[in-house]
Amino acid sequence: MASGLTIKQLKTLHLGPIDLQVAPGECLVISGPSGSGKTLLLRAIADLDAHEGEVLLNGVASSAMRAHEWRLRVGLLTAESQWWSERIGDHFQQANDAVLTQLGFGPEVMGWEVARCSTGERQRLALARLLQNSPKVLLLDEPTASLDSENVARVEALIAQWQREQGVVVLWVSHDQAQAERMATRHMRIVSGSLQERV
Amino acid sequence: MGVIALSPLDLVLAAALVLLLAWISWRMRFGIEKPLFIAALRTTLQLILIGFVLKALFENATLVWVALLSLLMLLIAGREVVARQQHRFTGGWGYGVGTLSMFISSFAVTVLALNLLIQPQPWYLPQYAIPLLGMLLGNTMNGIALGLDRLTSSAWQQRQVIESRLMLGFTAGRAIEDIRRESMRVGLVPIVNAMAAAGVISLPGMMTGQILAGAPPLEAVKYQILIMFLIASGTGFGTLVAVWLGSRRLFDERERLRLDRLRAQN
Repeated sequence: MASGLTIKQLKTLHLGPIDLQVAPGECLVISGPSGSGKTLLLRAIADLDAHEGEVLLNGVASSAMRAHEWRLRVGLLTAESQWWSERIGDHFQQANDAVLTQLGFGPEVMGWEVARCSTGERQRLALARLLQNSPKVLLLDEPTASLDSENVARVEALIAQWQREQGVVVLWVSHDQAQAERMATRHMRIVSGSLQERV
Repeated sequence: MGVIALSPLDLVLAAALVLLLAWISWRMRFGIEKPLFIAALRTTLQLILIGFVLKALFENATLVWVALLSLLMLLIAGREVVARQQHRFTGGWGYGVGTLSMFISSFAVTVLALNLLIQPQPWYLPQYAIPLLGMLLGNTMNGIALGLDRLTSSAWQQRQVIESRLMLGFTAGRAIEDIRRESMRVGLVPIVNAMAAAGVISLPGMMTGQILAGAPPLEAVKYQILIMFLIASGTGFGTLVAVWLGSRRLFDERERLRLDRLRAQN
């Protein structure tokens, strides 16, 4: 039984067919021109868009469990974070203080108003919010796009630690060549809906 | 005291008032004279028609005829609900959600009221059944149209928030919970307001009618209270069903938000 994330003949209107195997602790960086289907690929893996084919986590197909249970294990972080309540804390069940500290926040951040947070702060807090679920797969859609270099380093260190210690599978969509070299255990390009290995 | 019969001249004089209003609208370029004229014409024709239908129905008071007219009223109300949606469901659902909810609530409440509360002989006596159903349909139609419209347009506007919740592992029900609650509230506001204002600001139409027809005021009041309660529960249950059905339809079996099942209305 294959462990990690397995993608078999994944196909949507604009994508695929895609076959892929990513082992626990691996970080696959995906780059490609805008409109090439990077976001669509992540959405299909999270089962947010209808698709053909199967996605499996440690040998268990997404179709074998309720969709929300799948998404608890396979977490998608969008480039632009969404907040629906007034305070940051309203969006958290139990905040992980260690994660918050690594991202540069103290516990008082839970009382902050969403409207007064910068885009970068919201982006880092959205990552902390997603990590509450302790996902086994992280689908990251340009997670450091609006961060300064200090905070980029924080996010990269946190993700690397989760890979190492929890064996999290990471699919990281990034335009940043230097970042790809820092983070990737593998690097692929997506060209008009299909994946190509980069060396 | 019986009803004072109206002469054709009375109606002509009332119509003259509407014509005067249309003339002012035309002179001042409000642009409302044409819709006003058409609406006035429609009200005249539709009411004359229903007058004849009711006259015929009262003379042939069988369950089949009462049921047929009720069904026709339901279908027209269903069309009206669809027409008031900015984003309607595609396919049979567009018509089905509202019509089914109205059927469940209005028909159930009417049949219940006729059999257990008012108890005319026979229970489907059209003099009671048709006006009662008409009042219930008219009001549940409002609640359902408002509730559904709020549900679908909020889902449309807040798609990113809903999907963001789904990505965090929320169930479809939890992802749309606040929108569903708000839609229910919006559907029920008109009847809550009507109950609060009844008798103080407005004299409800049915009670007014009974008093004009010579009924003692306290008898008319009892009927009006009964009707208010029936309308409130009919609207509430109808909106509940419609919003529940609608919010289920917004997601598929994999708990994906399916806005492609909505079509924007021009």
